[in-house]
Amino acid sequence: MLQIIDRRNDSRNKSAVNRNRFIRRFKGQIRNAVRDAIARRKVADIDDGEKVSIPAKDISEPQFRHGKGGRWSVVQPGNERFVTGDEFDRPPEGKGGASGASQDGEGIDDFAFTLSREEFLDIFFDDLALPRLVKTQLTRISEYKRVRAGFTSTGVPTNINVVRSLRGATGRRLAAGAPYHKLLRALKEELAELELCGASDSERAAEVRGEIARLLRRLEGLPFIDTFDLRYNSRIRTPAPSTQAVMFCLMDVSGSMDEEKKQIAKRFFMLLYLFLTRTYQQIEIVFIRHHTQAQEVDEDDFFHARETGGTVVSSALELMHRIVRERYASNVWNIYCAQASDGDNWDADSPKCRELLESKIVPLVQYFAYIEIAEGEPQNLWREYAKVMADHPQCFAMQQIGGLTDIYPVFRELFRKSLA
Amino acid sequence: MNDDTAALPTGSEWTFESIERYDREIGRVAAEYGLDCYRHQLEVITAEQMMDAYASIGMPVYYHHWSFGKHFLSTEKSYKRGQMGLAYEIVINSDPCIVYLMEENTLPMQALVIAHAGYGHNSFFKGNYLFRTWTSADAIVDYMVFARNVIAEYEERYGEEEVEHLLDACHALMSVGVDRYKRPPKLSLSKERERRKERGIYLQSQVNDLWRTLPQRYDKKEAEAERRFPEEPEENLLYFIEKNAPLLEPWQREIVRIVRKIGQYFYPQRQTQLMNEGWACFWHYTMLYHLYEQRMLGDGFMLEFLQSHTNVVFQPPFNSRQFSGVNPYALGFAMWRDIQRMCQEPTAEDREWFPDLAGSDWRASMDFAMRNFKDESFIAQYLSPKLMREFRLFNILDDASLPKLRIEAIHDEQGYRMIRQRLADQYNLGSREPDIQVWNVDLRGERSLTLRHFKYQERPLGDSRDTVLKHVATLWGFPVRLEEQDENGEVSLVTEVKIDRRRENHEV
Repeated sequence: MLQIIDRRNDSRNKSAVNRNRFIRRFKGQIRNAVRDAIARRKVADIDDGEKVSIPAKDISEPQFRHGKGGRWSVVQPGNERFVTGDEFDRPPEGKGGASGASQDGEGIDDFAFTLSREEFLDIFFDDLALPRLVKTQLTRISEYKRVRAGFTSTGVPTNINVVRSLRGATGRRLAAGAPYHKLLRALKEELAELELCGASDSERAAEVRGEIARLLRRLEGLPFIDTFDLRYNSRIRTPAPSTQAVMFCLMDVSGSMDEEKKQIAKRFFMLLYLFLTRTYQQIEIVFIRHHTQAQEVDEDDFFHARETGGTVVSSALELMHRIVRERYASNVWNIYCAQASDGDNWDADSPKCRELLESKIVPLVQYFAYIEIAEGEPQNLWREYAKVMADHPQCFAMQQIGGLTDIYPVFRELFRKSLA
Repeated sequence: MNDDTAALPTGSEWTFESIERYDREIGRVAAEYGLDCYRHQLEVITAEQMMDAYASIGMPVYYHHWSFGKHFLSTEKSYKRGQMGLAYEIVINSDPCIVYLMEENTLPMQALVIAHAGYGHNSFFKGNYLFRTWTSADAIVDYMVFARNVIAEYEERYGEEEVEHLLDACHALMSVGVDRYKRPPKLSLSKERERRKERGIYLQSQVNDLWRTLPQRYDKKEAEAERRFPEEPEENLLYFIEKNAPLLEPWQREIVRIVRKIGQYFYPQRQTQLMNEGWACFWHYTMLYHLYEQRMLGDGFMLEFLQSHTNVVFQPPFNSRQFSGVNPYALGFAMWRDIQRMCQEPTAEDREWFPDLAGSDWRASMDFAMRNFKDESFIAQYLSPKLMREFRLFNILDDASLPKLRIEAIHDEQGYRMIRQRLADQYNLGSREPDIQVWNVDLRGERSLTLRHFKYQERPLGDSRDTVLKHVATLWGFPVRLEEQDENGEVSLVTEVKIDRRRENHEV
């Protein structure tokens, strides 16, 4: 007897364990690949999976095999031109051709595969040394909001929907009373006939009247409203980030910001972006770069173009203020700002920056995060910013950064707030 | 026409009912042809489950290891990119024989798979001498479950990384961890389980005896003659390590044993790929045509069937971009068809080359060939001149000591025998894979293990040998040496790994 077994609903992801082991085992290589990927990615793409590739030789499973050399006598199909005794040069290396040398292809191609979003973020976070609680919060899909979703028959009294409940009650009364009404109509007709015939005092008439009275009592006895009729407004949780936000990325692109510093800055922006995606439905990103003048640019220019010259930080802050006034003035926009610089600023400009921040920018923004990617003694800009932080500890954070692990503390306040 | 021969369901959507009807009809035809099969069991799975099955080499159960994760990831990648369709079928050599049907396949494809795997491969598993001798179809699935549980237990007790490290080493030796000639005992789950504990203790005592450091009393004579160990070279490295490695714990020996047993199970499959696939293709082709001639299959069915059939048995020429060696499906299928032809309509040439075969009963002759050969001997015995001409086979000699490549033989009267012999050799695992044996153990001195590579056709070992040798050293725990012996009997040292696990352990 034939057996057909339907296994389609059996547990899926049988390979998940093996997959995890693979990733754990080659974490070092995968982390390097993720680093490269981050360098290529746009800030707003941080929240996706990623195709990464790692060198295949690192993950090969070695076996004893033959190498090149010795005598190989190989039979091939499809002869169209050779006769016995023909001689010809070996085909160039790398092409399989008609040579037997490719028998032992110890491939050196890269091994490419796709990391899921979770796996990718996990490695991204690892580099940044995020606390566990924050990781979970960031990996979670989104905030929930309760929205109306019709009516249910259970709930709390505050949610009773009166119209629905009464409509239900009316219907129930109509339906439950229908047989009585039918009988009642028949009895009333009979009574009217009896009265017409002048037999209104007859025994039958009294009987009918009694019956009518009994039915009327029955009808009255039907409850006006029953627990059964109650309807409640139903609300369900749907993933719904609250509203929209705009994120300003400010970066110094003067000559002293080299590629490595920009990569650190990029992660800093990515982390803020990731945080915002958890809280807001729609996020716009504005990139402002500056040296002595500020300029709004697209992401590619932002991270890759290089300028030289001095540094006037206030120009960027002014531009940001102008953009906010022009495009993000209304209350619906939550404004976040992340600034990265190597700390250089024109001496006379730093007090001006503080003034700008205090009077115009800080009142507008939810959070202002500043990182200074530099070693050594902080300079005048840092000192001025420190004053701002002292005045607004809730929405201003700054940090001097040597490596990736220093980024997170900038956001500590921000995350603590949202976790609470 | 009665109900039994009513046309089978058409269209591309399958249902359980239509699969059952196809299976019944194909089973009927298979019985008419006298195919002897295990019972079979059809299992419907999704594409994702198919990828899972792929990653674990078709086994429904396998222990966990990162390498399976790697296979899964690469399969998934090429599947998602559409570079590759999934194989239509996976069939497991077990009793009952398990055949996977993928849910995405059309009804004609399911019928093809049933004929190909459920009857073709199935009868091959049951009949071929290699499978009969080397695998225990009734015990394999149970054994895999046992292996997974044991390894999971060890992971819990000794740590995942420890076990993983050991598995890496064993996997590296899987291809040199098989008995090629000695018949292995049948797998039996209950015995395995029963013996597992006592074996550990017993084995350890044997090993301890071998490595006894206290002076033994023995005859002076014997002491003078250097005692060789092993007395005969041992071809099965994993077996030798399991039985003799001085520093392995009993549980580690158990893992070596498990990997060895599983490797042994797959060994016949590697030796009969061409025959087995050709056999299955021959039967799905023959049986479905038979049904078509009985007017049970529609033209639409046949067109779809033939399209996938011809894709599978297509042989691109050597200079085509699709070329990647001789296609075992194509050559295998052609050879079985050719045998049938020679039995039914032999030519004068066939009578000269295959006097016993020409004109004989084709079913009996094919059955004999299926039961008693493997790829190598099958080609050596049955490849006919006609096929060599059809495939336009030719032979290239690539001798590293000569400046140019040379054509040694082509499909002509002078070349037939040479081509046949060379092609057979190409399918001989013994020459395809390097021949490496345990040569000697230095019992009195540093306890080093010497492996010897017997060079075939002067072919050296590939670069991976150093990594593999490190794995051997991990298992052995003492220095490991690799020598090679060329065809003139000259021996030279290739490479050496110095290691002393005892010392390492002390440092830790």
